[in-house]
Amino acid sequence: MQIYLPIAEVSVNAFLLLGLGGLVGVLSGMFGVGGGFLMTPLLFFIGIPPAVAVATEANQIVASSFSGVLAHLRRKTVDLRMGTVLLIGGLVGAALGVVVFNYLKSLGQVDLLVKLCYVLFLGVVGGMMFVESLRAIRNTRRGVLSRRRKHGWVHGLPFKIRFRTSGLYISVIPPLVVGVCVGILAAIMGVGGGFIMVPAMIYLLGMPTKVVVGTSLFQIIFVTAFTTMLHATTNYTVDVALAVLLLVGGVIGAQFGTTLGTRMKAEQLRILLAIMVLAVCGKLAFDLLVQPSELYSLGTTGGH
Amino acid sequence: MLWRLALLFVMAALPLRAEEEVVLGLSSDRVAITATFEGSDILIFGAVKREIAIPDTPLDVVITISGPSLPVTVRRKSREFGIWVNTAMVDLDAAPSFYAVATTGPLNEVLSDTEDLRHRVSIPRAIRSVGAATMAADSERFIEALIRIKREDDAYQMREGAVAIDQQTLFRTAISMPANLTEGTYQTRIFLTRGGRVVARYETEIDVRKVGLERFLFTMSREQPFLYGLMSLTIAIFAGWSASAAFQVLRRG
Repeated sequence: MQIYLPIAEVSVNAFLLLGLGGLVGVLSGMFGVGGGFLMTPLLFFIGIPPAVAVATEANQIVASSFSGVLAHLRRKTVDLRMGTVLLIGGLVGAALGVVVFNYLKSLGQVDLLVKLCYVLFLGVVGGMMFVESLRAIRNTRRGVLSRRRKHGWVHGLPFKIRFRTSGLYISVIPPLVVGVCVGILAAIMGVGGGFIMVPAMIYLLGMPTKVVVGTSLFQIIFVTAFTTMLHATTNYTVDVALAVLLLVGGVIGAQFGTTLGTRMKAEQLRILLAIMVLAVCGKLAFDLLVQPSELYSLGTTGGH
Repeated sequence: MLWRLALLFVMAALPLRAEEEVVLGLSSDRVAITATFEGSDILIFGAVKREIAIPDTPLDVVITISGPSLPVTVRRKSREFGIWVNTAMVDLDAAPSFYAVATTGPLNEVLSDTEDLRHRVSIPRAIRSVGAATMAADSERFIEALIRIKREDDAYQMREGAVAIDQQTLFRTAISMPANLTEGTYQTRIFLTRGGRVVARYETEIDVRKVGLERFLFTMSREQPFLYGLMSLTIAIFAGWSASAAFQVLRRG
């Protein structure tokens, strides 16, 4: 069934979009990522204009994250306090990131820089997670108890807060800094930042993997809701018809994803996320290195 | 055959102007884009009205439909330090979002180059690119690329020989417009040519508009963006909540 999208001004297959939304929704519920980094290229591929794809996807992520968070709240795997701290940091970071982005844009070739950063970042994060979770899986097979959490200088910092759900008693400074850094990166790279936030919470803050997923989704809701409003009021690029098609699949997928995620071991979850991050990294690197079949591309005048 | 009778009637009512004139009919002069819009076939038919004997040189017909024109940027990738990046770009002043040419024969035979230049008929001539040459030495290749990409999407169509003509008087063709149509006024032009020279020209418009829900959403997104954004978010939150609630019921039940 073909549906004509009023804002994107293209005609698309409704079932394809439902399926696409469902797939990304499963990943979202499982790993606590928004899934924008996967959805954007897929939407480009079926012919949605880039500006509309980015804006509409933010709206869809609000839905699937909300659906996921509710599922996690029932299982008490959302650290609301940690989520709030990260969100505050994230909003500050996003504001800083926009300034940095505009500065880079004035220097030119920002697109390339973003892509290179993306490949580098995904590669490093994905690679490290993959190695670590592989080691953890081997250790549990041998019966060795792994101790990931170390008592380092981080625990000497002031302003300690008890994060009960995460079982942490740490200073508020590291989560704030993580939030700011992810916010900056997210604003520059134009993504929600879930796939950076999740590893950062696991490895930098030492939160339990199960809590990380729900908490990440919690803060993603607010970030993407803000992004949706921003795009709707400044660029008029949110296509509500496209969003509805995507989010129907997305909210159902998120529920399945959460169920799948809670049935898996933490190391298995981490290694799957690592593989996914590496796959996206590989795809981006491939696009940069291999000669494209069409060297020319069309765009509207004025875009960067 | 009713329309032929109708045409004859219209022809009789028209005052005399040139030696040969076009009398035209469209299967519809309005295309409504609804949510389930899957493209539209427009039937263009007409007759030649003449006050003289049929000349010796054969009559040919060239029909064009062009969608609203917009500026377009064409970028080209090249390999720098081992990676493929956009290195060159050309801004074109105006390129039609949709453009179709239908003729009775090969375009270079039915229309001379001079006439093509004057009336901007062939696809490359329909694209305006005044400043393009200053942006890249090989700006023609960017225009070629634009045409190639648009033709693959059926947004540009060159249909030589698609116009049927009977007795040098009645002509007809069908042009299929793809589902990915942009809203706007579609200029339709009909040229009668003899020996490559345009002997008569006729213009009309096809109105392509979103209707119903499509119209409502589009207008709302432009005129009340804040409300539109809030509506989108409300739908998202409600959908997220209902999926969660439904699953809870399923699990308990």
